[in-house]
Parts: sequence; structure tokens; C-alpha cells
Amino acid sequence: MENEIKQFTVSVYTENNIGLLNRISAIFQRRHINIESLNTSPSEIEGVSRFTIVINITESQMKKIQGQIEKQVEVIKAYYHTEDEIIYQESCMFKIKSELLFEERQIQNIIKESNAKIVTVNKEFFVLEKSGRKEEIELLYRELSVFGIMQFTRSGRVAVTKEEMKISTMLQAFQH
Amino acid sequence: MKETQTIQNKTKSTAITERISGSEAVIKCLLAEGVDILYGYPGGAIMPVYDELYKYQDKIHHVLTRHEQGATHSAQGYARISGKVGVCMATSGPGATNLITGIADAQIDSTPMVCITGQVGSHLLGSDAFQETDIVGISTPVTKWNCQITKASQIPEVFAKAFYIAKSGRPGPVLIDITKDAQFEEFDFKYEKCKGVRSYKPVPDTDENSLKAAAELINNAKQPLVVWGQGVILSEAEEEFKAVIEKSGIPSAWTILGASAIPSTHPLNVGMVGMHGNYAPNVLTNQCDVLIAIGMRFDDRVTGNLESYAKQAKVIHFEIDPAEIDKNVKTDIAVLGDAKASLKALLPLLNANSHTDWHQKFKDLYKIEYEKVIKNDLHPTKEGLTMAEVLKEINIQTKGEAAIVSDVGQHQMIACRYADFNKTKSNITSGGLGTMGFALPAAIGAKMAAPDREVVMIAGDGGYQMTIQELGTIFQQKVPVKIVVLNNEFLGMVRQWQQLFFDKRYASTEMTNPDFVAIAKGYSIEAKKVSERKDLKAAVKEMIDCEGPYFLEVRVEKEGNVFPMIPTGASVSDIRLE
Repeated sequence: MENEIKQFTVSVYTENNIGLLNRISAIFQRRHINIESLNTSPSEIEGVSRFTIVINITESQMKKIQGQIEKQVEVIKAYYHTEDEIIYQESCMFKIKSELLFEERQIQNIIKESNAKIVTVNKEFFVLEKSGRKEEIELLYRELSVFGIMQFTRSGRVAVTKEEMKISTMLQAFQH
Repeated sequence: MKETQTIQNKTKSTAITERISGSEAVIKCLLAEGVDILYGYPGGAIMPVYDELYKYQDKIHHVLTRHEQGATHSAQGYARISGKVGVCMATSGPGATNLITGIADAQIDSTPMVCITGQVGSHLLGSDAFQETDIVGISTPVTKWNCQITKASQIPEVFAKAFYIAKSGRPGPVLIDITKDAQFEEFDFKYEKCKGVRSYKPVPDTDENSLKAAAELINNAKQPLVVWGQGVILSEAEEEFKAVIEKSGIPSAWTILGASAIPSTHPLNVGMVGMHGNYAPNVLTNQCDVLIAIGMRFDDRVTGNLESYAKQAKVIHFEIDPAEIDKNVKTDIAVLGDAKASLKALLPLLNANSHTDWHQKFKDLYKIEYEKVIKNDLHPTKEGLTMAEVLKEINIQTKGEAAIVSDVGQHQMIACRYADFNKTKSNITSGGLGTMGFALPAAIGAKMAAPDREVVMIAGDGGYQMTIQELGTIFQQKVPVKIVVLNNEFLGMVRQWQQLFFDKRYASTEMTNPDFVAIAKGYSIEAKKVSERKDLKAAVKEMIDCEGPYFLEVRVEKEGNVFPMIPTGASVSDIRLE
């Protein structure tokens, strides 16, 4: 089982430090591992950042990488999870010609059914935003691409785990 | 009581702030960390610090190397023999990039080192200014930690952290890059040593249960084998280690960097493991029932093919770095922690044993290796001098007390195999990175850190020429190192592989060498060349008896090979004797 390629979502709690992204991404680069998505943000703890990284590798590789990430001086802790252990979302934006909104009735249905949100509309274009799982976003993309998309962008994954991550206790333990 | 109070007050008074420049603060930080020697090379972006060094030259000895790479290796040699943090310094741009090889070497060999680089003024960062290079970016994958300072006020905290990180836990190199404006800027200086970093736990907790489980496994083992690495030396656990193996009677083998932790002549020392290690410990790795790895990392040069490495054995791994557990070899019991503490705690849990029959197997295999390899290396009947003969002579003349600083290649394997190590921290060599050119500058640092020890550098004609310019440093600083070049007019190890695996196509391995003796003499270093066996003994004696630095070139047989050998991808037990 350890040698089957799976999707892992890695959560890395770190000190907020310039250059740390470089240090972490180098660990994947050395092993020729493609990062599917990467997001950095503040975490629930003040002064502590959180990286959310999505990769497709084997669990045995994952464990080694987890160790090498945690080894970095400014990394507090790295966790990895499979799809069923997390709740996650991605977000995306579409820029589409405004005329299509009125000429193509189908587009309105797609927007309604996909729970996408219209962020702005003007004479030339409108912007659609959608949060959800990767497959939902991909579906929406496929449906809209038929009509022509002026711009498309998708965010990295953000995720929370179902289980608790005892990062605060860990920080206390580091203190002495 | 009163006395203690005065002392306390004194420490307090030194922590009082004073208004000084960033560059003076750098020197004060180094002094506070007990640095008395640093190796470096000046240049534009680091000039303010050098200007301060000039004022403090009675307190800190700066050694001007002839190349920044030399400065890193000297700092490494200094660190490896003393256990202290080695320090080196360079300017921005090419000065900084020239440090990279030494930094990478220190990273993979866990050597504590602090590297200081100058950087262009902060307003110029990112503008491709003269001698600007992103050294923090470049050094990231090969440093334990690095940091750029753009404000003088950051200097004390960053330096304190740097020294703490470099030395604690599994040691490693740290780089501090300081912009020129930060060096000039004045600020209120106050230094406090670093006692901890929030996100960094240098030594993992040792789980008592895993220690007990390890002891039980060891006590029940019929054919246990210990393989120890540099971890024993880095944690200064030599005595605890000796006590553990002596009580349990376990045959113990070493990795290249573990060499010298216990004397070569110790009855439980069964030799070196790995590609050019000894026959018995390699073959018997695949026969032992319990493999006890202590402070080592199962490098591929140690394990050969992992698919057939010690598969029959239960593996116990004593290790300070959790990332090493299961990285290459799946362990049954991992004992995390510092080797010194773990071994101390392990000792009372062990039963006394002698494993006499099991030891006999090592002796039997040693006899085979002796007949097939060692005898011919040490007592050759052919005309050409062997590298091993030279080592034998050095052993005799130094009584095995010398620190051997070797370069990389055939001579390195021979030095590790045949040098007598009576004292710990005596085998200084580039293990993980395999950096040719390491030895000469490393020997300078080693000799300066341990002036009372005999330091003998051994290099091949190839590696020697990669940092030969450091003869200038030896000349200027009058460092009495003994320089031995085993000259076979080949890049010997590559040639050996070409002979064995590339049908003797000697692509770019033959060397036309200069007159090495004349070069050494050009630097006023006493020098001699030996080509015949009859002259070897006297020449080595003359070298060791010499008060100052000495250069000895020995012309060895051109196409000598190092055996035993585990070909790449083969199993340790398929080690070849010829």
C-alpha cells in the first residue's frame, strides 16, 4: 500500500520567514515531485504561517518528505492527509464576455446549477467566482469553455483536517 | 556568596548596550561566541567588517586563505578536530559563491560552521548590482539555516541563533549575509546567547520503551553487529559507546566518518563497512541477526543495493535526526535522541556477552582479506610502491597518534583502511560530498585548532591540485602540516572504474603533473620526492621530525586498485576481493 501513488495534502506550520518557501519547495524539487497546488496563509495561531501543499506520491515517499520538511529549523510541524481525512476547497474565477450572459440562456443555467457567484458585471465582461472541490471547478470550466472564456484562474487548495492538529501544545513544548 | 554575586553583576554589565557599528557588532558577536580564528577573503561588500577585524587582530586571528573554498574547508577542518564551530567569511558575489562547495560538504557531513558573507547595499538588492548574487537563495538547499541581515539591529540575534543552530542537535552549516549598509549602520549593541528557537527541537526525546525494546533485542541476539557513524564522535559519546560494545561483546564496524571513535586496535573493532570497506563486516552484514546502527545514516556507499541489505536482520537505529529513520533502511526499532545519552541509558539494560563463535567468523574472513588484499597492499613483492605502504610508514612514525586529513579518491580509501587511529576525531575527510581539494585547506584548519597534534594530510595528485594554492596560506601562517601526495599520475579512482567497468578506456584520467617539489619549495616548504621503496622510511621520518610544514611526494604504482570493492548496485555480501 505504501508504494501506491496517492494524493496527499500536506499542512506545514511554520515561522513566518522570508525564504522558507524556497527551502520547502526545494525538498520537492530534489525528488522531482510536481507540486499540484500550494497555498500559504496565516494560521489559527498568531505569528504562525500555514502552507497547504497538494502532491501525488507514494506514502513511503510522503513520510520521508515529511521528515525532511520538519527538519527545517523554522518549520514547527508538518502533517499529511489523504482526501478522506480533510475538508477542502479551491476557488476559481472566470472572466467572460457580457453579451454571452444575455445571448446564451444556457450560461445562466450553468451559473445557477453550479452555485457560482457573479462578482461583477459591466458592459464588456462579467466575472464569475466559484469555490468548491477540484472536480466541481473542472466541470464548470468544461461547461463554460464552450462559450469562450476570456480569463481563467484557479487558487491553490485550502484544507482543514477532520482530526485535531495539536500545534499549540507543540509550540508550548518547544518553548522550554 | 558574595563572589557569585559579583560574577553575576559582571555578566550583567557586559550585557549593557553600547552604540557601535554593525561591523564592530559582528566582531563582538564572534568574540562572545568564543571565536578566536576565522578563515576568509576580503572584498568590497565585506570591507567594513575587515576594517574592524584590523582593530581586533589581537583577539581574533584572521587567516587569509588563497581562495574562498579554502576558507570553508579550513573552517571544516577546524570544526572536525575540535568539535567547535568553524567560521569563515567572504565578500558578496563570487566570494560568496566560492563558499558553496564547502557549505554543501559541511551540510552532508554534519559539520558545525558559520559562514559570513558581505552583500551589496540593501537599496541595490535585486538590481543586478556589481558583485550582487542571491547567496541566500543559492545556499538554501545546502545550509541548515541561513539569513540575510539588512539592518544592524538584527546582527546580535541572528548571530546568536546562527551559532546555536550550527552546533546544536545534528550540526550543520549556517550562512549569514549582511548588506554593506547594515555593516556601516550604528545601533545599540547588546548580546545575549541563544538558548532555543521556538520551531526547532535539536534533540528529539528518547522513548524509554524503544530503548528497552532495543536492549531486549540486543540481549537475545545471537549474531549482532554494530555499525557506528560520526554521530558517536559528534555527541562525544566515545566512552559510552565503548562501554556498550565491551559489555555486550558485539563486533563493531564503522562508516568512513565514524572512524577513530574507538582505536583501530580495539579487539571489538572489526573494520570499515561500505564500498571499499573490510571484507568481514560487509559480508556479515548479510548474516547478522540484529544490526545496531548508531549515529549513521545508511548512505548508499555503505549499504550497496538496498534490496539485499541486511534483509535477514532486525534493525535498531540510534539517531538524532528523525528524518533519517526509515529513509533508506526500514528499522524495527528507532531510538531517537543524542547518542551519548541513549548509550548511557542503554548500558545498564544490557547483558554481558562475548559472542565468541560469531567473532570467529570475522577472524576467518579477515584472514581471507589479508591473504588476498592486505598482504599485497602492505608488503608488496612487486616493484611499484603501494599507497598502503606509505600509510604503514606514517603509522609507525606517528605511533598512530596523528590526525589524518585525506582528500577524495583511492588514497582516501587506503588512508581510511590502513591508518591507525588511536585518538578520536582523527579521521578528517570529505565523506558524503566527496569533495576533491578538501584535504589541504582542511589540514590547515585542523592543525590550527589542534597545534599539539600531528596533522598529516594525504591527497592524490588530482585533488591536491584543486586547492594547491593554499600552500600560500601554509607559507604565510607557518602552519606545520605534513603534506603527503600519493602521485600515480592518474585520477586513480575514476581510472579504476574505467578499468573495471569501461573496458580500460581511460578517458581524461591521465595527468601530466608539474614538479610538485619545486612548487612546495617556491613557498619555502621543505620538500622531497620518493620513488623507491628503500627511501620511503627515511623520508617519512624526516617529514615527521620536521618542525615546520613539509611536503612529501611519493610516486606510487600507476595502475594500482583499491580492493575489496562493492560494485555499484551490488549487494554488500557480493564484495569483490580482486
